[in-house]
Amino acid sequence: MQISEAWLREYVNPPISTTELVSQLTMAGLEIDAVEPAGAVFSGVVVGEVLTTEQHPDADRLKVCAVNVGANEPLQIVCGATNVRPGLKIPAALVGAVLPGDFKIKQSKLRGVESSGMLCSENELGLAAEANGLMELRPDAPVGTDIRDYLTLNDSLIEIDLTPNRADCLSVEGIAREVALLNRMDWKPIEVKQSETGHQNILPISIDASASCPRYLGRLIKGIDPKAETPLWIQERLRRSGIRSLGPVVDVTNYVLIELGQPLHAFDADKLNGGINVRSANEGESLVLLNGQTISLDSKALVIADERQALALAGVMGGSESAVSDVTQNIFLECAFFTPRSIAGEARRFGLHTDSSHRFERGVDFTLQRRAIERASQLIIEIAGGSVGPVSEVKEESHLPKRPSVYLRRQRVEKMLGIALPDSEIEDIFQRLGMEIDKSGEGWAITPPGFRFDIAIEADLIEELARIHGYNQIPNHSLLMRAALSNATETMLDIDRIKDVLVDRGYQEAITYSFVDEQIQLAIAPQDNQIKITNPISSDLSVMRSTLWCGLIKAALHNLNRQQKRIRFFETGLRFLNINGETRQQAMLSGLILGNLHPEQWAEKNRKVDFFDLKADVQALFSLSGASIRYVPGEHSALHPGQTAEILSVTGEKIGVIGMLHPTLEKQLGFETQVFLFELDQNLLLGKAVSKFKPLSKYPSVTRDLALIVKESVSADDIIASIKSNGEETIQEIVLFDLYRGKGIEDNSKSIAVSITLQNFSQTLTDSEIDATFSRILQTLTNTIGAKLRD
Amino acid sequence: MALNLEEILAQAINAIAEAQDHNELDSVRVNYLGKKGLFTLQMKELGALDPEQRRAVGQVINQAKDRFQDELQAKKEALDKSELERRLAGERIDVTLPGRGQSAGGLHPVTTTLRRIAKIFSSVGFDVVEGPEIEDDYHNFGALNIPEYHPARAMHDTFYFDAHTVLRTHTSPVQIRVMESEKPPLKVIAPGRVYRCDSDITHTPMFHQVEGFLVETDVSFADLKGVVYQFLQAFFEKDIQVRFRPSYFPFTEPSAEVDIECVMCNGEGCRVCSQTGWLEVMGCGMIHPEVFKSVNIDSEEYSGFAFGMGVERLAMLRYGINDLRLFFENDLKFLQQFK
Repeated sequence: MQISEAWLREYVNPPISTTELVSQLTMAGLEIDAVEPAGAVFSGVVVGEVLTTEQHPDADRLKVCAVNVGANEPLQIVCGATNVRPGLKIPAALVGAVLPGDFKIKQSKLRGVESSGMLCSENELGLAAEANGLMELRPDAPVGTDIRDYLTLNDSLIEIDLTPNRADCLSVEGIAREVALLNRMDWKPIEVKQSETGHQNILPISIDASASCPRYLGRLIKGIDPKAETPLWIQERLRRSGIRSLGPVVDVTNYVLIELGQPLHAFDADKLNGGINVRSANEGESLVLLNGQTISLDSKALVIADERQALALAGVMGGSESAVSDVTQNIFLECAFFTPRSIAGEARRFGLHTDSSHRFERGVDFTLQRRAIERASQLIIEIAGGSVGPVSEVKEESHLPKRPSVYLRRQRVEKMLGIALPDSEIEDIFQRLGMEIDKSGEGWAITPPGFRFDIAIEADLIEELARIHGYNQIPNHSLLMRAALSNATETMLDIDRIKDVLVDRGYQEAITYSFVDEQIQLAIAPQDNQIKITNPISSDLSVMRSTLWCGLIKAALHNLNRQQKRIRFFETGLRFLNINGETRQQAMLSGLILGNLHPEQWAEKNRKVDFFDLKADVQALFSLSGASIRYVPGEHSALHPGQTAEILSVTGEKIGVIGMLHPTLEKQLGFETQVFLFELDQNLLLGKAVSKFKPLSKYPSVTRDLALIVKESVSADDIIASIKSNGEETIQEIVLFDLYRGKGIEDNSKSIAVSITLQNFSQTLTDSEIDATFSRILQTLTNTIGAKLRD
Repeated sequence: MALNLEEILAQAINAIAEAQDHNELDSVRVNYLGKKGLFTLQMKELGALDPEQRRAVGQVINQAKDRFQDELQAKKEALDKSELERRLAGERIDVTLPGRGQSAGGLHPVTTTLRRIAKIFSSVGFDVVEGPEIEDDYHNFGALNIPEYHPARAMHDTFYFDAHTVLRTHTSPVQIRVMESEKPPLKVIAPGRVYRCDSDITHTPMFHQVEGFLVETDVSFADLKGVVYQFLQAFFEKDIQVRFRPSYFPFTEPSAEVDIECVMCNGEGCRVCSQTGWLEVMGCGMIHPEVFKSVNIDSEEYSGFAFGMGVERLAMLRYGINDLRLFFENDLKFLQQFK
């Protein structure tokens, strides 16, 4: 909400600067978003009265005017505006004045005629973006007065960002009340007199929906002058509250809204048919709103209706058909209390947000309506004349908000705030807040006023105490807590440790959006059910990721487009799967590499990364837990069918997948280089057993190499499994150290060299034992996988 | 005889001086001390002399031999030395050339920031707990005292999957989940991704928060202030001005926004702090009785506080990053700046 500081200070004027006032409000929980000057910087402009105008002898469009600026002699000023005429009061810039934009007014000649100043438009004074002729001041504007004083331009516009609990501050009077209590000053609400009734006509009012609308006031005002204009001071105050002037009746309802915080609405009485009813809308009933929008209503919507149709969406916006226009002479003025529950969400449901709905859904003082309708009537008659009829009020007391007292326990204040406040201060604060206090027992029964919708439990009272006492007056305690020692677990790796390994191996961590482009995800993981967001921010962020690869691929492309040639990314986070209608959120670790294995360097020939470079990184991760895992040839829609491995635990659980991006996708996604990817289930990756010591052998070990020839179809794992299958107890280590194909090896076969280390725990192995062991191993290799020794 | 020996010695010393390497020097040694060496022959000739003479001449020859061997040793050492020098000179490298192999990567600044936050709170016994990101509206709103009709829901710009399933708009649902499953005392921080349907210069649809809360039998607003104050000092590693402003969150009461003195201008007023000298960094408050009610914790017996902070915001202030959107572009030129 935006208000004028000068308007506020008419109610309560503490001896503090704007800056101090702003800081005071901020520290009381009324956050100030901005403070802007009400007008542009200018000086030397006074109220002038045009006495005479004569045609300029040499210029058709110019007039030579005599202007009274309160000096002894009128000034001669040449003016080109079409609306300049004798009797008009205007802002006159005197010689020496400085207008916005540092525009200096000097004594000058216009086509040979002396001109001692300039008559100004709103635009020239920086009051409006454009203007059509001179700014016309009210006839009673005092000649010679500095225009800044006359228009109270030495004012600040204070923009307040109110939290939803402080509906009581959604008006100038509400803020004034707050400023007064903060400064321990008195303030008086604006005095409102009952208008004398000039006729006795009423419009019958009935409320079907009294639970939503427990109070409704209305009155007919007849014979207003449709030509009347809103006085400048109201227009200015509205402008400074961010509201455009739209004619006297609407201006007055808006003015009262800002002044008192009570939304009002005026209907053109001649467009109404029969009495007013506040009711639920009928299903399918439609209403054209003031903003031109046609809405289709349902029974949840609350409307103001006449006998024929819905006229307004209650508490939100009026309808265009019954709206006041520039020919309206008779109006029906309504002023109601709608419960917050009945309005909450109603505006949003129809894509609306109005000053009215904003207030009703947060809570309008339910005791305010009569004062507000009288205030609006008074202003309408002052401006546009007319005669008022009696106010009709319909209310259902049982549905009006209650203000039961809330009990505050003295000891609870200290327990919650950490300091004890003296009784006198507690009582003083609640008194200043306008609450009724009844000291009883070990505390107080406190009754909040009608304008406070946020005081229902003890905690609400304690908050008010803290707020007015000052949060920064409450000490900072150093918390001493009972604490149990925590475990330093060894059965689960910390994901941070995993991340550190990857960082040490040259990876950069990425964080990508959890929602991705549906098309990219469909290309990468067509088998996954897409989890779609109903209201995505854009179509390329519309489905939840079922693999972290979508984001990493996008990040890689972003960098390739920026001349990066070598990329190593990893990311951790949830992926989202829809499995038989159930959403599963699974913590994953993914990586992507492409380009050269090493950064550019001077010594050794660089080469592109391949599957085994990535596998070494993945193996390094599993080496942290020492878990035995298997890499099994696998399939994945996004990966090269010949370069994909599923990563399985000893028990066969699928931990993840590793492989090369499928060449088709590589091309489709716009890569010009091979891309290698892995994705692991964090939970399975992080599991770890506590290490267990095995005794060391005192006897020497012996290592022998075997160069084997096997069929292509025999995998490295097959060879190792075959060696192990013999159950030789002396085998300590099997290392595969060479792979050869080509000359000397027949087609469809390969040579694999394995080194095997043997060691015994009770004695030194003898040559004959070693020979015997190796011969058994070889025999098994031949029997199980058809391996031969290479000559 | 004596002259002859002197001549031999002079020749020998000359030969040593002329030797260019260990091979040549060794030939010189063989020439004079080998089986047929000149000193060896001299010694052999001693046999023909009478014992008196033999001793005297033998002494002279031995002196000459000793002298020769000293020279030989000295030359050997000189050769060793120059050889080493040659080798060292030949092996000189440009130590300014870069090293080879893999270079280290780096963590995302959000992760670094999250780790620091976790470390600070872990030091006084807070546990780190994570929760789901696709949440039901009960945990995201209802249990946090934000009923369906509440205006605060509109402030959250929520992503929906259906009427009751959302992307969590804050990490506060973790507070509910922990209190539902565990009994106080509780000391927890909950870091993670959160989502709001908002995207412009200062908003990304996804960002990170850390929620923290503590439930105990006797916790007050002053304790909350102390923890928040100490945290901010620890995080920024300096004695920084902190102020608490009354605010409103449905799930805490009293509620506060926490401002720190602007770290860009030290509170003087600048563009970053909109000339106010203050920066909003956290929200916090005492856990609302309605929240305790929804998780069946007796608010008469227990009290607690909760706080929440935006991780990107803290990272931006800590590292001087001026554009929120950079966090999720994953441009290597950005990421590599953070070590």
